[in-house]
Amino acid sequence: MNLHPLFKPKTMAVIGVSLVNDLQPANVIFNKNNNRYPVQAYPINPKGGLLHDEIVYGRVSEVPEKIDFAVIATRAELVPDIVTDCIETGVGSAAVISGGFSEIGRHDLQDRLVSIARDADFPFIGPNCLGVYIPAHMDTFFLPIERMVFPSAGNVSFVSQSGGILVDQMIKFKEEGVGLAKAVSIGNKALIREIDFLAYLADDPQTKVIVFYIEGFGEDEGRNFVQAAHTCPKPIIVLKSGKTPAGGKAVSSHTASLAGDYESFFAALSQHGIVIAHNELELVAFCEALSSYQKPIGTNIGIVTGSGGHGALAVDACYYNGLTVPSLHSDLQNEIRDNLSPSSRDIASTGNPIDLTGSGIDDDFVSTTRLLSTRDDIDCIMVLLLPYLPGISTDLGARLSAVYQQYGKPIVAYVPHVEKYQMLIEGFEFNGVPVSPSIEGTVFMAKSLRRNKL
Amino acid sequence: MIDENFGDILSKSKAWGWILEPDAKQLMHTAGLTIPRFLCAKTTEEACDFAHTIGYPVVAKIVSPTVMHKSDVHGVEVGIDTDEKLMKAFDRFSTIEQFHGMLVEEMIHGIELIIGATIDYQFGPMILMGMGGTGVEIYGDVSLRMAPLVENDVESMVQGLKGRPLLEGYRGADSINFGELTRLLMCFSDLVMKLEVSIDSIDLNPVFCTSDSCTVADARIVLKNPDSHH
Repeated sequence: MNLHPLFKPKTMAVIGVSLVNDLQPANVIFNKNNNRYPVQAYPINPKGGLLHDEIVYGRVSEVPEKIDFAVIATRAELVPDIVTDCIETGVGSAAVISGGFSEIGRHDLQDRLVSIARDADFPFIGPNCLGVYIPAHMDTFFLPIERMVFPSAGNVSFVSQSGGILVDQMIKFKEEGVGLAKAVSIGNKALIREIDFLAYLADDPQTKVIVFYIEGFGEDEGRNFVQAAHTCPKPIIVLKSGKTPAGGKAVSSHTASLAGDYESFFAALSQHGIVIAHNELELVAFCEALSSYQKPIGTNIGIVTGSGGHGALAVDACYYNGLTVPSLHSDLQNEIRDNLSPSSRDIASTGNPIDLTGSGIDDDFVSTTRLLSTRDDIDCIMVLLLPYLPGISTDLGARLSAVYQQYGKPIVAYVPHVEKYQMLIEGFEFNGVPVSPSIEGTVFMAKSLRRNKL
Repeated sequence: MIDENFGDILSKSKAWGWILEPDAKQLMHTAGLTIPRFLCAKTTEEACDFAHTIGYPVVAKIVSPTVMHKSDVHGVEVGIDTDEKLMKAFDRFSTIEQFHGMLVEEMIHGIELIIGATIDYQFGPMILMGMGGTGVEIYGDVSLRMAPLVENDVESMVQGLKGRPLLEGYRGADSINFGELTRLLMCFSDLVMKLEVSIDSIDLNPVFCTSDSCTVADARIVLKNPDSHH
């Protein structure tokens, strides 16, 4: 099934616009694409007429151009005939935004829709979904444009069974500086499912990290999904809901009850190198880190901090997240100390964490990070920055990023996220080094780089 | 070999939905797993003769299609060391509904593991290994993988157990034979892939591991319910 028309349409028909109510989903979708995006959008309503001076076509076959992508937001009962019309007219793909199918028990209607599309090899997403958002290209979400929060264009693509989760994570992406390539809400995933998007995004040059929010798979679908993921070189992150059984699970020592749905889900995904986010905090941290670093690493973390307390909390968090903070060889410790400025040389701790103290200056962070970057026994450097210290300047983000560029050793940073520290943060993020607003988030970032090796 | 064996066992076990221990063990043996010497005795004479052959002490277990969980009816007696005790056990078991016989087998010692398989709706055959007894019941100390296993999976499954030091020889004890454990799990994984369409779950519990061998001391195979779509 060819998914290109879904993601790279030049023309879009929006089916189901109202001539009188601009808050109708189809109107919101038409207006934003017509006003703001390069895709050529055509409104469709059997009554015809005009919508904001644009010609409304009675049906998709009346549009003078070939339509790549039809966005269908009508009553559910009308959808099968509309899809038939799309197929007969040679439309390339569709998103069925309309609800009213399997999710309310109308399996018959959904089955009819699927069988029509499958017979014609016609790709559609949904029903009961928001569709597709691609930065600077198109947006089929029926949410008024001024209400949405848009992350910058980037390399993370997100496929979500829930539209709400997807829109919400876009807000988090914006807050944390995670760049988005493609966002797809797949709703009931009646025809095109996670595994189809995985295959497409694995080959998509704009996508470097593939994220899924999954509620559940069909019979044996999980097996096919993890086997496909196993051969995908890009990092894959999954956030799963439904971890806890609805009722209390009886205590039992039988395999059938020990290997419950979530246990099997976790085991099968982990075994095949998929990174499982346990919550949305992990999810955004994982996205940010893996969009910078796609090469899997080991567990050894070097911590550079301006405060002993931050270092100690980071060590604790590393421990609970399966990371190790190895002690450093005395030769290396001496070398680190020899390279420190006089203000911190005598008071710094050079074990691991390396505490440069409140007297540390930019040069101390740079020289220490550089020394750790040359070590094969350190897999990732965690820099905990306190921008209020007098010796720390806003230049440090860009300077430490340059160390990464030179040595290729992954660096993850903690900087409190407030407006006045923004230049420091951007010094990291604009140069490819991820920054978290919390120590724990920084540890999550480092953890994700292991790619969930069991 | 397995296919033929299983076909016969399957057809006679269908009526009650699971495979009785003697047949399940025989199947494990055919698949290359180590099992204790045993006999499903129909009379006290058979039981005593076999006990003399393998030597006391022995284990006696109820074999009945109505007893899937033997401990529920106190259907296992271990450490039986005289004919008298063996006959007493036989007499008690023989009053249980649909008594098929009494399984007499050699006593096996070692570190207890539980090894099992389920057919997961989303992921198909899954293999589980856990620390036996309280390790599973109280601490939930298990590793789980999608089958078929590769040898690296076995190593990481061992790594994933909190009780791993016990297997490696804790406080001067001998390490278990990891080569045998790997062989067992790989054979078991092959078997599970072959039986996938017919079974719902398999429990090998306990499996006794020593520095020499890993022996399947009990085996139960629950068949797929033909009426369920799961």
